[in-house]
Amino acid sequence: MTAVTTDDVPTRRSDFAKVRRTAETILIPVGALVASALIFSAFLLVLGKSPIVYFELLWRGGFGTAFSIQNTLQRSAPLILTGLAFAIPAQIGLVMIGAEGALVLGGFGAAAIAIPLVSAGIWPPLTMLLMALFAMMAGGAWIAIVGWLRHARGVNETISSLLMTYIAIAIMNFFVEGMLRDPASQNKPSTMPIGSDYMVGDIPGTAVHWGLGAGIVLAIALQILMGRTTFGFAARVTGGNPRAALAQGLPVGTLMVTCTAIAGACAGLAGYYEVGAVHGQANASLVAGYGFTGILISFLARHNPVVIVPVAIMFGAIAASGGLIQRRMDMPDATALVLQGIIFVVLLASDTLYGRFAIFQSRSGGDRT
Amino acid sequence: MSLSAAPEQTTLHPPGAKRAISLETVGMTKIFGSLVALEDVSITVEAGEFHALLGENGAGKSTLVKCIMGFYQPTRGQLMINGHEATIRHPKDASAAGVGMVYQHFTLVPCLTAAENMVITRTDVPAVIDWKKEVAGLEAFMEGMPFRVPLNRLVSDLSAGEKQKLEILRQLYLDERFLILDEPTSVLTPAESDEVLGLLRQMTEAGDITILMITHKFREVSAFADRVSVLRRGRYVGGGAVSELSTNEMSRMMIGEAEIRKSAERDMTVTSPTSLTLSGVVVAGSEGKAAVDHVDLTVQGGEIVGIAGVSGNGQSELVEALAGQRPMTGGSVAINGEPFDCSRGAYHKFKVFGLPEEPLRNAAVRRMSVAENIAFRSFDKPPLASLGWWLKPSEMRTKAAGLIERYRVKTPSPETPIENLSGGNVQRAILARELSHEVNVLVVANPCFGLDFASVAEIRAQIMDQRNNGAAVLLVSEDLDEVLELSDRVAVMSEGRITHVASAAKADRNTIGKYMAGH
Repeated sequence: MTAVTTDDVPTRRSDFAKVRRTAETILIPVGALVASALIFSAFLLVLGKSPIVYFELLWRGGFGTAFSIQNTLQRSAPLILTGLAFAIPAQIGLVMIGAEGALVLGGFGAAAIAIPLVSAGIWPPLTMLLMALFAMMAGGAWIAIVGWLRHARGVNETISSLLMTYIAIAIMNFFVEGMLRDPASQNKPSTMPIGSDYMVGDIPGTAVHWGLGAGIVLAIALQILMGRTTFGFAARVTGGNPRAALAQGLPVGTLMVTCTAIAGACAGLAGYYEVGAVHGQANASLVAGYGFTGILISFLARHNPVVIVPVAIMFGAIAASGGLIQRRMDMPDATALVLQGIIFVVLLASDTLYGRFAIFQSRSGGDRT
Repeated sequence: MSLSAAPEQTTLHPPGAKRAISLETVGMTKIFGSLVALEDVSITVEAGEFHALLGENGAGKSTLVKCIMGFYQPTRGQLMINGHEATIRHPKDASAAGVGMVYQHFTLVPCLTAAENMVITRTDVPAVIDWKKEVAGLEAFMEGMPFRVPLNRLVSDLSAGEKQKLEILRQLYLDERFLILDEPTSVLTPAESDEVLGLLRQMTEAGDITILMITHKFREVSAFADRVSVLRRGRYVGGGAVSELSTNEMSRMMIGEAEIRKSAERDMTVTSPTSLTLSGVVVAGSEGKAAVDHVDLTVQGGEIVGIAGVSGNGQSELVEALAGQRPMTGGSVAINGEPFDCSRGAYHKFKVFGLPEEPLRNAAVRRMSVAENIAFRSFDKPPLASLGWWLKPSEMRTKAAGLIERYRVKTPSPETPIENLSGGNVQRAILARELSHEVNVLVVANPCFGLDFASVAEIRAQIMDQRNNGAAVLLVSEDLDEVLELSDRVAVMSEGRITHVASAAKADRNTIGKYMAGH
């Protein structure tokens, strides 16, 4: 169709189009969150609980006091990293849900390599660096297998990454309950504690470990990598249309393996901070569902690395307020999972709303037939 | 609403009964926001008429038929069916009024048989289908039809011509007596097109149906239509009996004052050192059979070699293999005697470019902007990238803006996602990307598929320009006229092999047709 009306201010018109599109990408997820809150409120009312009290406690437990803010940030650190682990493959068109496995393997790998380093009394900062690098390599190599299987053998990456998560957990359990078990860990089989000298400290003036800083720095770095480099451009072309990428001679296989390796490295680094900053050893506590919550966070952030940071903090708050809500409202811990589940389903459903609202559509752009 | 003539019964009509219906739009206007897509269009289609609706892409043809079919509600205007005002709010209402549409692309379910496809289209299918009875009913229905399709074959095993016939039969089976056909021949070979349109023409002459056909092929209008209506920029600009209009008059109505590039002269003196050589190329198809079976072909610089053939004889697999979209299982490709491996480095080094068919599917990323799509070739080279990896979006925009102007891509801005552009403009953006550099080898596949007259002329001229500049051009097209117009040599592909090569000047349609059919 042709615009019969004359268009004397084309640039301004196109700016508006951009504003409309941006508004759409913000308002639809926000609308989905509001809808989720309403559905969850109905769920609470059925249980005979007050939604107002719930959301008030959620706010207080997440952001109400200095303590709760730090608790929230502490919990959001691994979520940023696992969110990134979903977002980067998503940009190249892969639905990779195996961050949980890479996190477990990264954490376990860091704890395992720490054993000889700590026993030998290597300088702590060097040890920490080696642990972090090893965790990233373990997680990266693990998820790179998923990318390679997809490219070389056509294996569905969603299925393979999910199955590899169970294999990763089994590998950790095999060693933690066997060869690498610390005899002192009676009730909960664990690796040898790395000791307080080798633990990652907190960001000065807070009780939040450096994992948060690492997450934010990585989010910004990956935003730049995907948005401003030729690598990111090639990855986005591949994600948007693999056939077009092949026709341009882009190295699709290399791009896929690299993106999945980056994703695995992010999750592996999350595992390192769980071991090196929180637990001090590798055990079943690593399997905490951070990898799966990361999927939800990435979707809500529309796979945009920098946006993942605030969204992860929001989910950190939901987790941080869990204890308070449990005590005050006499509700089980799993209530937060119900809220997360509702958000996920509503969010996926809201994906169909893009392009459905006339107000977000640019009026001059419709040169379609 | 009175629809006295709307058909009720679904059984076969008595032979000779006048059952075609007439349709008229009165002052049809459709406004989307600030965009006037259709302005005061009044056309009349008499019962039993074969009416062509001509217009460029974006002229409002689709909007008009969507208003008729009830996909859109017109902003103003009325629809008259058989002389009575009709209110159509939904495609179901259109169907009830006897108006049906055959879309440009197939809407059949490939894994079902022809009979199953027919039956599931009905709105009154019972929960448990008595297939014996349905098939008997279908066979009885087919008896009364001028053309037939094997009912028990899977749709995926039917040829394009048979599929298109099945689409039309499906509408007739639903007892639609006014058929809207949206570029029905774009998926058919010339022979198939002539057959299908000829049969429809007979049905209109018998007074069984009325046809409104969207097209931009003048040949089809002249050969089959009784009357024509021409739209331009959303308005009715003329029309009348086809017998009283020349092709020139129609094209002037359609294109208006816009200049059309004359088809470029073939420069017979051009010499070029470039050569593209395929030696024993084998490409595996589905089910382990070779889709391309030991193809040997050389294209010299300054030459267009056209590959003709019926769709599905390995042409698309050959193009995909040259584009790196499908692995070659045997043989080799050499450019200027050096091996060519479909990597980005090789494309760059040998200056190999391509215009694939269906550019949105093969050459563009829908959600990326026009500027980004135009940068696919050059984003990793200066000046769009510094140090080989750092992008410069402002350079990208500047370059795109220049090419958008030079190639007259109609887009609201370089930042618009390319999927918002019309087909002709997407193809022009791809042309801008692929042809704005020095080209040594050009691989072209069905470049004009689904495009309007002006775009077709322009794209063909661009391809000829590249040839005249010394590029070796391999053209694969299902449109034999296009192959004959552009090529220096014609090669016929049948069942994965090159079965015939002839100089285009001496090529004769009948011989080529025979080789196309596999003789």
